[in-house]
Amino acid sequence: MKEGLPGYRGIALKVLSDAGVRVEDMVRIRRGSEVYEGILFQRSQYDDDEHIVIKLKNGYNVGIRVTPNLVVERLGEGAKAAFTPPQPPKMNPSLPKVSILSTGGTIASRVDYRTGAVTPAFSARDLYSIIPELSDIALIETQEIFSIFSEDMGPEHWKTLAKVIAHHIEAGAKGIVVAHGTDTMGYTAAALSFALQNLPVPVILVGAQRSSDRPSSDAALNLLSAVKAATDLPIAEVLVAMHADPSDETVLLHRGVKVRKCHTSRRDAFKSINAHPMAAIKDGEVKILTEEYRRRQGGQILELKPDFDERAGLLKFHPGFNPDIIEYLVDKGYRGIILEGTGLGHVSKRCHPSLKRASSEGVFLGMTSQCLWGRVNMNVYYTGRDLQAIGIVPLEDMLPETALVKLMWALAQAKEPEALKRLMLTNIAGEISSKTSFRWGAP
Amino acid sequence: MDYESLGLKVGLELHQQLKTASKLFCLCKPELREGEAELKLLRKLRPTQSELGQVDPAALFEFKKGRKILYEAEDRTSCLVELDEEPPHPLNQEALDICLTIALMIGCKPVDEIHVMRKIVIDGSNTTGFQRTCIVALGGLVEISGKQIPIQTICLEEDAARLLGIEGSLVHYSLDRLGIPLVEVATAPVLSSPKEAEAVALALGRILRATGKVRRGLGTIRQDVNISISQGALIEVKGVQKLELVSKVVEYEVQRQLGLLAIRDELKARGVKWEDLTDNFIDVTEAFRNTACEIIRSSINNGGIVLAVRLRGFKGLLGKELIPNIRFGTELADVAKFWGRVKGLFHTDELPGYGISSQEVTELKKRLNASEYDAIVFVADRRENASDALMAVVERARQALVGVPEETRGPNPDGTTRYLRPRPGAARMYPETDIPPIVIDEERIARLRADLPELPELKVERFIKDYRLSRKLAEQIVDSDFVSLFEEIVSKTHVAPSIIAVTLTETLKTLSREGLDVEALPDEQIMETFFLIDKGELAKEAIPDVLRWLLRSKGSKVRQAMEALGLRMMSRNEVEAFIDRLLMERKELLAGDKSKAFQRLLGIAMSTLRGKVDAAIVQEILRKRIQAEAGGPP
Ligand SMILES: [Zn+2]
Repeated sequence: MKEGLPGYRGIALKVLSDAGVRVEDMVRIRRGSEVYEGILFQRSQYDDDEHIVIKLKNGYNVGIRVTPNLVVERLGEGAKAAFTPPQPPKMNPSLPKVSILSTGGTIASRVDYRTGAVTPAFSARDLYSIIPELSDIALIETQEIFSIFSEDMGPEHWKTLAKVIAHHIEAGAKGIVVAHGTDTMGYTAAALSFALQNLPVPVILVGAQRSSDRPSSDAALNLLSAVKAATDLPIAEVLVAMHADPSDETVLLHRGVKVRKCHTSRRDAFKSINAHPMAAIKDGEVKILTEEYRRRQGGQILELKPDFDERAGLLKFHPGFNPDIIEYLVDKGYRGIILEGTGLGHVSKRCHPSLKRASSEGVFLGMTSQCLWGRVNMNVYYTGRDLQAIGIVPLEDMLPETALVKLMWALAQAKEPEALKRLMLTNIAGEISSKTSFRWGAP
Repeated sequence: MDYESLGLKVGLELHQQLKTASKLFCLCKPELREGEAELKLLRKLRPTQSELGQVDPAALFEFKKGRKILYEAEDRTSCLVELDEEPPHPLNQEALDICLTIALMIGCKPVDEIHVMRKIVIDGSNTTGFQRTCIVALGGLVEISGKQIPIQTICLEEDAARLLGIEGSLVHYSLDRLGIPLVEVATAPVLSSPKEAEAVALALGRILRATGKVRRGLGTIRQDVNISISQGALIEVKGVQKLELVSKVVEYEVQRQLGLLAIRDELKARGVKWEDLTDNFIDVTEAFRNTACEIIRSSINNGGIVLAVRLRGFKGLLGKELIPNIRFGTELADVAKFWGRVKGLFHTDELPGYGISSQEVTELKKRLNASEYDAIVFVADRRENASDALMAVVERARQALVGVPEETRGPNPDGTTRYLRPRPGAARMYPETDIPPIVIDEERIARLRADLPELPELKVERFIKDYRLSRKLAEQIVDSDFVSLFEEIVSKTHVAPSIIAVTLTETLKTLSREGLDVEALPDEQIMETFFLIDKGELAKEAIPDVLRWLLRSKGSKVRQAMEALGLRMMSRNEVEAFIDRLLMERKELLAGDKSKAFQRLLGIAMSTLRGKVDAAIVQEILRKRIQAEAGGPP
């Protein structure tokens, strides 16, 4: 890629650099009687190398094929976007302090309609100016911790994030909001649930299913509700705040260990599974939906346990499943495996020898269900009993992903197999429910 | 009127829905919903921040006032794409082909690579907050009565959601129309008279229809008309649904602008200055405590106030009629309604009246310290709305000192227009990154070029030659929405083309004049009518009755119409029996001249048999019988 001509390759790049033009320059392109005038636009690296994109005066982009008779002329430098953010609203110093931490993705952005550039905006000043309603809710401090895609988040990031959150809580934040890409937000929520114990204030993860550059983005309502939850919620837990349904009305707060992204694109993709949502926020009003929660109260001292051991895997059993995969993980030194079994918690007999080997080598084996909804029970069929005899631990109604994250965390806390097993079966953050309520949503 | 010396410039943007199997960015049916809504959802659109000065002030204002949007959806006509709950699917290639075809017909140059853009629109008409649109071709020429009219762009875009209504700050839309493919053909602003504007609109409409791939019916074609005169301002009239209305719209708009300029001159002569018009609003609720005006009383009873403002030097001007039924006071009321969400306003040029007494007017003038040269405008509403409304009124009054403000206006059925909103600034567009660019290769262009539809003039000549239509009828059918249906029926039946053409033009026009909504008549039912005629089950004479019945009984079939109208065709045997009986009853007629007898008897027979049997059959049987009776040829 050539400086000043992002996305251009091959013949298009040659023509443009020969003409001495850069992206955002005013250009005139001629081919016979055809004349195109406008701003040279950047090109996506996935597009071909045979077209030049310009933004015409009427605002439209068109691509012009590079042909031998094409004449590219530089007319001058395009006007630079001069953005002066509007005056931030007046702040009320008596409002509670909330820290908004960002891991990547954008909850607020500006669009330069001249160049098409979408610029993330994250300073407190930016957030106030883009979502002025925030100034009625909280005094905001922001910190950008990472700038990565959600799918690139891992245990190391969870650890850093947990530490930064602890720091902000110690500094007096009345609540923490973490802006997160939605793809792995459920995993991070579970990780923080285990890493941040005895929380004095709520930690709210929040994301958006429609990017913040569009007027219809769900980001603003989700963020406003998350900040409202951070200041007002009597629940001191790790929660996920996302739309309740396709309307811009209600945001639900889900328990971090009981929530899952259940849809690729809808605003209400996040659902509480084997649990009831904890609270709802509508028109700025908080409504608590459960009685079982950790209360926010003074005098609580946060216990930070931010370590995770990555040597844990999650295997989904399926017809035709080859037990070699189990052997491979054992060979590679994995210390624990969560199985996502069928139904009440089963895998084929074919897997027994490999599982036996894993167990005998001290690898923790936990069972969850690919049904997601419901509780595993390995006593109903003798096949389940066989698996228990091998040493597989049924993990109640824990979500497979939560079980994996918990295992990574538990491996860093407990060295002995017995202690590990005890820890996995101890309810730490609401990941195991004692009863299965008929009020919880069906799948 | 001498439009040339006024410097009239008109540009047209013709929007026409395309007849495709599915919508532009998903596979939903591109039709309006018939049933009840299955889903309702409430949304808010937030203006995205951009470089200063690019925020659409009207949109920002509406957002700040808490505008909410209620969408209605039905499964057949909308999916997660319309709900903005799923990214768009790839661009509909059928729609693109139609657009490219139109471009080639007009002589536009298709672009090499299409880039779909997001054009910011946050009035709720698009769930995303933007309209997806792309330039398909640039720079063509249409020759209309000897003049070359430059075509600037041909765009392919998604139609907007269908506005159902506005209640306070809640706007109600149906999602069925959102995403229907729309071609937009934009002329350069070079048209110089109302007549020329209309001729171009009609000519473009004819070209689009010639593709046979455009939808018909009310609302499927919409014309935006940009109008300016040299002393006036650029006004965009959005959504003229009948092309025949274009010249009226232009005429009235010129008249309106001239009226506003006359008001400007009068204000100048009266010495009214910008600083004379202040935002000094006076609460005059007390003056109306015992009013007989129903509107004001009920507003006060509901906790509202009466807020008034003095317009110095405006006396008499608010009552000045600009175009039929639109006074300068109407223009003030329009902005008050838009910005203040009030139902209307009162002004002293029309008082006393509406139950407001002359004592109340006197009291009002006293409280506002108004002289005999001033006008007073007041509204009865909640304080916030009343204040917003008067702020807009004062702003509009100030603009009157300058002349004509730039506006977007909407057409009324008579061709006059009403204020819709201030003209938005430059279009705010950025790339639709969910749709990769689409390369238009030469093979595709060659394929479409080889199969271009006939131009309307050529079609008229062919219809005259091949179908033996009169020139008038040929022109009428080519100009109508039914030209492709006409050719389809001609190719599938043996019914005489002139009968089909007359049905699709004059008969439908007659039915329309009777007040029937002929747009609602499905093509399939028209086709079925001709199939039955072809099979001899229905007489062509019965066509108007059948169509009328179908239009009055929505969703019914042709056979039901025949049943209901008693139009079952008689068999030959029945006709023969009928004629035999007739000859017995009227034996006396056979006595004289045979051919006279034939004519008389035929008349009597047809008065009963019309619509139940083809007249030719009656003639044949009657002739044979008379012949037999007489023992020789009649
Ligand atoms: Zn759809």
